Amino acid sequence: MQAKIQTLQEAIATHLFDGATVAMEGFTHLIPFAAGHEIIRQGFKNLELVRMTPDMIYDQLIGAGCVRKLRFSWGGNPGVGSLYRLREAIEKGYPQPLEVDEHSHAAMAAAYAAGASGMPCAIFKGYYGADLEKVNPSIKTLACPFTGERLVAVPAIRPDVTIIHAQKASKKGDVSLEGIVGVQKEAVLAAKAAIVTVEEIVDELQPSSPNAVILPSWTVSAVVHVPGGAKPSYAHGYYSRDNKAYMDWEAISKDREKFNQWLQELKSTDYAV
Amino acid sequence: MQYNSTELMTVVASRILKNSDVCFVGIGLPSAACNLARLTHAPDITLIYESGTIQTKPDVLPLSIGDGELCETALTTVSVPEMFSYWLQGGRITVGFLGGAQIDKFGNINTTVVGDYYKPKVRLPGGGGAPEIAAFCHTIYVIMKQSPRAFVDKVDFITSFGHGDGPDQRKAMGLNTSGPSKIITDLCIMETEEATGEFIVTSIHPGVARETIQENTGWKIRFAEEVAITDAPELEELEALRLLNEKTKMAHQG
Repeated sequence: MQAKIQTLQEAIATHLFDGATVAMEGFTHLIPFAAGHEIIRQGFKNLELVRMTPDMIYDQLIGAGCVRKLRFSWGGNPGVGSLYRLREAIEKGYPQPLEVDEHSHAAMAAAYAAGASGMPCAIFKGYYGADLEKVNPSIKTLACPFTGERLVAVPAIRPDVTIIHAQKASKKGDVSLEGIVGVQKEAVLAAKAAIVTVEEIVDELQPSSPNAVILPSWTVSAVVHVPGGAKPSYAHGYYSRDNKAYMDWEAISKDREKFNQWLQELKSTDYAV
Repeated sequence: MQYNSTELMTVVASRILKNSDVCFVGIGLPSAACNLARLTHAPDITLIYESGTIQTKPDVLPLSIGDGELCETALTTVSVPEMFSYWLQGGRITVGFLGGAQIDKFGNINTTVVGDYYKPKVRLPGGGGAPEIAAFCHTIYVIMKQSPRAFVDKVDFITSFGHGDGPDQRKAMGLNTSGPSKIITDLCIMETEEATGEFIVTSIHPGVARETIQENTGWKIRFAEEVAITDAPELEELEALRLLNEKTKMAHQG
């Protein structure tokens, strides 16, 4: 089955549902902001979001009241400070309580790889002496069956929907991404459905190398042409990270009223191609 | 030449890095110190950021761990699962450079919560890569501004394990890495005392009184038998740092 080329509205409406487990990945680079904003507009509720670094995008979804649970590993505004919508949800239960399933980056990366590999859990070495193991019951230890060495297991990540942003797709729906590629390949291959927003749709993909990161059309459910869809994060080869926007987010995120204004504006505008 | 305390600690931290180090770099002060080392005495130091960028030589300091600058100037960029499994867990990285919100006398670091985990007074960003960086890098350096709130007798939450509450705990867990070995602050350098696993002051920055160090430490701080006086930053070091900071500021303001 090949990926369908859809509009953003169609792709989100087709694949998302209330209570879905959704992973929107992109390690600082290629964060699918436009898709996240469309989820807010369509008003999905009680999502279980997964993402290594919640970043501004999940701060927005949490503040908008779309989120019931978060599986993550580092929840700050990179180089700036806190994500205040995330903090208010955890510290004060506003706008709704947020259940937290917290891991380390190593654990999240391994859990995505396990999901893509059809494994029920990821096994790795980690958390030596770290308290996270005491507060998160989904972190278990086991002995290596061969050497007896202490290993750690966490459940694999198997999202209902993974959403990523990439540089290019072909008309057939094959996707290519480059630069900091993060965990996107694993996140797509771990998911039941995958939506990919792209900067460009081209006749033929011409990868720069046979080893470029390519997701064949038959691994992707929907491809959506959304130029600028990763802003204010960035798309290598297209535009740079808008570091100022991340710094400016601090003041909006910190203040419920300013955030609600931001939210009203978002809801009153459609994504413009 | 005049300098402020942030400049001092960045310069002092940069000096402990060697040309041969393969260094896992955290954002903020660690990143400034590592790149200053590269621009001064350690031009061939290998800098690795957890976004997957290996042997990177950024022209300006990244705001985030995955700025495009890091990828564009890297020898290669690998995926995040590969970074954590082959490179970090595989034991390829000699130095991890971390910051934190709280650290205790055994070098345990908290970047997760102030107060109770389930009902936190302040929810901090969390561990990210740090728990495994602290485990697998051959040694760990920490750079943090000293204050009684940050340098505490016992951290509220161990995000990244240092020496637990005494010597030899790492070994007992099957870790053969040294863990935190130096803390560089704006007042002094502390190093692990082997017999106790506790951090003691081994070098005091110019003009800093011992009482000031104690006032800014939440435990009864001890001093090594022979305490050095840290060399003040040199002109060349300060100029390189200021140029780097200036270029960075321009770049981030867009």
